[in-house]
Amino acid sequence: MKLAYPKNGKFGEFGGRFIPETLVPAVEELEEAYLRFKDDKNFKKELDYYLREYAGRPTPLYYAKNLTEFVGGARIYLKREDLLHGGAHKINNTLGQGLLAKRMNKKRIIAETGAGQHGVATAMACAALGLQSEVYMGYKDTERQRLNVFRMKLLGSKVHPVKEGTQTLKDAINEAIRDWITNVNTTYYLLGSAVGPHPYPVMVRDFQSVIGKEILAQTKELQNKSPDSVVACVGGGSNAIGTFYPLVDEDTEMFGVEAGGKGIKTMHHSATLSSGSKGILHGMFTYLLQDKHGQIKDTHSIAAGLDYPGVGPEHSYLKDSKRVKYDTVSDDDAVNAFLILSKHEGIIPALESSHAVAYAIKLAKKMSKSKTIVITLSGRGDKDVEVVERYLSENVKNSR
Amino acid sequence: MSRIQDKFLELKSKNQKAFIAYAMAGYPNDKETISIIRSLVNGGADIVEIGLPFSDPLADGPVIQNASFQALQKGMNLYRFLKIVKKIRSGTDIPLVLMTYANLVYSQGYDKFISAIKKAGIDGVILPDMAIEEAEEYLKIIHKNKMDAIFLISPNTSQERIKRIAKASSGFVYLVSTYGTTGGTQQQFQRYTLDAVKNAKKILGDKLPLGVGFGVNNPEQARSILKTGADAIIVASAILRLIANTPKAKVHSKIVSFVKNLKKTTISE
Repeated sequence: MKLAYPKNGKFGEFGGRFIPETLVPAVEELEEAYLRFKDDKNFKKELDYYLREYAGRPTPLYYAKNLTEFVGGARIYLKREDLLHGGAHKINNTLGQGLLAKRMNKKRIIAETGAGQHGVATAMACAALGLQSEVYMGYKDTERQRLNVFRMKLLGSKVHPVKEGTQTLKDAINEAIRDWITNVNTTYYLLGSAVGPHPYPVMVRDFQSVIGKEILAQTKELQNKSPDSVVACVGGGSNAIGTFYPLVDEDTEMFGVEAGGKGIKTMHHSATLSSGSKGILHGMFTYLLQDKHGQIKDTHSIAAGLDYPGVGPEHSYLKDSKRVKYDTVSDDDAVNAFLILSKHEGIIPALESSHAVAYAIKLAKKMSKSKTIVITLSGRGDKDVEVVERYLSENVKNSR
Repeated sequence: MSRIQDKFLELKSKNQKAFIAYAMAGYPNDKETISIIRSLVNGGADIVEIGLPFSDPLADGPVIQNASFQALQKGMNLYRFLKIVKKIRSGTDIPLVLMTYANLVYSQGYDKFISAIKKAGIDGVILPDMAIEEAEEYLKIIHKNKMDAIFLISPNTSQERIKRIAKASSGFVYLVSTYGTTGGTQQQFQRYTLDAVKNAKKILGDKLPLGVGFGVNNPEQARSILKTGADAIIVASAILRLIANTPKAKVHSKIVSFVKNLKKTTISE
């Protein structure tokens, strides 16, 4: 089941390399470098050092006692990626790729960002490692995540607001790819999710797999076996694939939660795996949200980090092979979970992660008290308090 | 023999090279697209490339992005594209090449899409995000329909890879002139572009014509490329820019004179 390093980057029929010719030498160079260093002793030692001393790994697997009692079902554990430096799992990947870029002698780093978490994590890793970074961010996202824009600037990054298309993550990726095509000889593209042309989906998964490896070790210590269930949110799907991959061959039920937005029967959601169809975007063959002509659809989610019409190809593979169950949670339910976790545990989750929390609450209710369920809490919600405040006041107005 | 291959042979016999001009289907609207293509032909274009707009044109710069966006807003789709092509084809025998992105073709099914455009009168297809490694199914259908698959190469494409791309290509090979997206406004090409032309030409020999595009916008540039050995110049964004910046009444006369000036560069004195 596990596809450690799939040939030609193909997870079953998904993945591959659909890219402009100018980028072919760049991804080949990247793949060569990644294969050379991924098992290199010094590379691993240096990455371990930064993950531990700079990012704050390992992260706790916290027993959410109050939430468990409130729900009244399975024991709920939180994998606290929100406690990492920067407040999200993104730093696992940016440190890994940053160290790789250094070994490739690339000094200029570009990245895309949705909610701004990957942008911040890129800016941090680049500052720490002495690299120069520029981040593309949809204009709409710069408006709803203003604080993160300022954080990136503080950290020494240049932020390019993208006013093309839907002005969200997908357009930020388009612009980053265009920059890469233009500056291919000097620039390293530090992709933030497990998407894009091979080898990105494999590489990002590998760097994020530290999440699932720790979950496995921590639950084994707790109960001498792997968790009964894990739940993670899926946009591009990097925290989810990092959670799932080390558990694929374990006896663990796995759930990926997509953004149901205002409902998957409406036009306003980002539920790619739940309601999309196969196609080609951003260098990969995967499930997409597209119309009958093959044009990419506008997406919506209250969580900017999930607002993306594609998904990592390995998720498409895990969906079709039925190893992982993918489902959706609406904006309303995500906000509700945001409030519940904040109130009961004193932990404010990112709106992205709130989707996983909402789904896990429903799931835990149906499970016996002897079972365990792990939620990957991919990020903290400080960045979202303004959005939630606005959402609540608008919804009160609407219900009057 | 395809119309594209015939055209290159015909031009060779006249001691000419090819001028390939671009129009975006549905920009500024369907009716105008047809008149614009007629003006391109009247001005002396040897081959016309027609763009079918995609929502996420990641190889394109702002000019084609903007035209794509506008055309899509007005509802351009495959069916309307086919109508435009049929109208053009009914009045001319000029080779017509489709440029679009892989997902639009895949989403309809390669077979259905390719046979539909063939029937309408398209001779060749350019998909900038279709790498040869992923092209097996696509190529099978292209060959079944006796069409030309035109693949791209870039200044950083290795010799060995150019050979493989040439093997998969027919009609011509499309060299991307510069590192960047479409629509560059540089007045002259840098050394590396001319080196890339020479290098590609050496590998292709007489087997396949070499077209050069991306940022070709004036006769002087065009001449430098043709002199270096290219068999065709491809101009796209510069034409769209002209359409956008010219008062409606003058668009067609401007296009005709712009094309004439560029076509001249392909004729040896």
